[in-house]
Amino acid sequence: MGAPHLTPARFARVLLVLAGVLAVALLGSALVGAEHIDLGTALADAGSVDHVILTRIRLPRACLAAVVGAALAAAGTVLQALLRNPLADPHMLGVSGGAALGAALLLVFGASGGVLHAALVPVGAFAGALATMLAVYRLGSVHGRLQPYMFLLAGVVCNAVAGALIMTLNALADFFQAHGILFWLLGSLQTQSWGLVAASALYVSVGLAWLLGHTRALNVLSLGEESATQLGVDVARVRRGVFVVSSLLVGAAVSVSGMIGFVGLIVPHVTRLLIGPDYRLLLPASAIMGAIFLLLADSAARSLLGANEIPVGVVTALCGGPFFLYLLRREGGRGVD
Amino acid sequence: MSTEAAIAVEDVEFGYAATPVLQGVSCTLRRGEFLGIIGPNGSGKSTLLRLMSGYLRPRRGRVRVAGRPLAEYARAALSRVIGVVPQDTTVTLPFSVMEMVLFGRTPHGGGFGFEGPDDLAAARRALARTNTAGLARRRVTELSGGERQRVILARALAQEPEILLLDEPAAFLDIRHEVEMYDLLRDLQRGDMTVASVLHDLNIAALYCDRLVLLHEGRIVQIGTPTEVMTYATLTAVYGTEVYVALNDITGALNVLPLSREYRERLRRG
Repeated sequence: MGAPHLTPARFARVLLVLAGVLAVALLGSALVGAEHIDLGTALADAGSVDHVILTRIRLPRACLAAVVGAALAAAGTVLQALLRNPLADPHMLGVSGGAALGAALLLVFGASGGVLHAALVPVGAFAGALATMLAVYRLGSVHGRLQPYMFLLAGVVCNAVAGALIMTLNALADFFQAHGILFWLLGSLQTQSWGLVAASALYVSVGLAWLLGHTRALNVLSLGEESATQLGVDVARVRRGVFVVSSLLVGAAVSVSGMIGFVGLIVPHVTRLLIGPDYRLLLPASAIMGAIFLLLADSAARSLLGANEIPVGVVTALCGGPFFLYLLRREGGRGVD
Repeated sequence: MSTEAAIAVEDVEFGYAATPVLQGVSCTLRRGEFLGIIGPNGSGKSTLLRLMSGYLRPRRGRVRVAGRPLAEYARAALSRVIGVVPQDTTVTLPFSVMEMVLFGRTPHGGGFGFEGPDDLAAARRALARTNTAGLARRRVTELSGGERQRVILARALAQEPEILLLDEPAAFLDIRHEVEMYDLLRDLQRGDMTVASVLHDLNIAALYCDRLVLLHEGRIVQIGTPTEVMTYATLTAVYGTEVYVALNDITGALNVLPLSREYRERLRRG
């Protein structure tokens, strides 16, 4: 048993172990799929089919899963601190729905096709996420003070409205656009471009870096706004930052993978059980755990039904739904505010 | 005792929308004293304390801390001068007691990084001071009410403040833990701490406080020593029920006892 507080040694040890597991999961996920590939052949022969499948299809997809998983888990982790509620999750709060709506709006009404269009969709998703976050925040606070349960309920309603609007857009859209919209609703990682992976990784890294610089503030924010203020944190500033940055994370994730639910709920919770609540370690550990979780979920999505792929959002929802209910029963019984 | 003001509240008004919670409130917390803030429910006690700590900003008037207007302080700088034990001390995440007390070091450090030897030393002093060193490894969520309040006090002490502000720090404690908390606060005050506390219990207020601020419906009724403030006439008028005020032979402090309807009616008949 070490010190009863976080030490640099423990920080490094935990993150190194998790990074190792992530590397294994990344490689493992790249080897799983309908088509069997041989790692030796793929690495030895750059002209082989195995090599092409590995580097052009499997690895970009695995990296995308890792980036999206990290973004969603990190967003959930910080929203739980801000709302003092272990049930907070970007999907549940309607932020993912808002992002998908923003992206779908641009897809249907924006400039069609071209590089500009591809660059604008993440912006639309970010704007949609931020707008929903601010709307839910306004609806969920009284006199500028957050009422956690009102916030959560406002999020559930916004999520439903965003879903309805997306379905309306779907009805207005032509066949190809409609296919794209459906992809956002279900959540999928079927994107196979290194450029896309790099772009989303960039957004997510910027967001994570900001959050990592504010983990001590996040620790005391989880004690409530008054305590955080008394402990020297400029709550309004940090809260604004968290809203913008988690919208960025969710927008980046949703624009490349659609609405993948429950990652931001399950992962922070399990990580907290494993390593404790200190955000200095919890946040980076959750991000890595989120990457690992989504890699596993995507591997399952691609292999469980043989050649037929299940949308990864379906897999995470099937894991997350029962988990949410379990948490709800447990936390409800405990009377968490 | 020096009469220099640690915190000066100058003609302050606070409220949401049209209804003011506090109006025309002026009072000072003198350096080195133990000030009690008393009054009926809803009289604005907690609001006054939150204005003094800078959590709330007045709609009119001004608050000065060590002579400087509160608005001139950066948030962290203010938290190095004032430590607060707020009313709501519930903790939802299972932090260890040591982690909780180290949060008191937040205003001394940056946004990221690990606590240094100074931080650990300050936290250990605070734990020792509040008699909670033995709890360092326990989870805050598993503590009893009395233990948790002492840990929250330790967190405020780890800030190494000059002023302690407390909002009913013994609200849910039994009589033993209540006096232990106030004995501790008085020891701190006799050290070099300035203390102001919202109190519900008038007997505790009379026993421990140098001076009292009595609030009623958002205004100050009286400021003075317990003997000056806690008279039968004043308390009966402010609290809206007759009370029995007597001198305690042992402590020399005033005792305030409630009277049941039977005795209140007997009192009215003369």
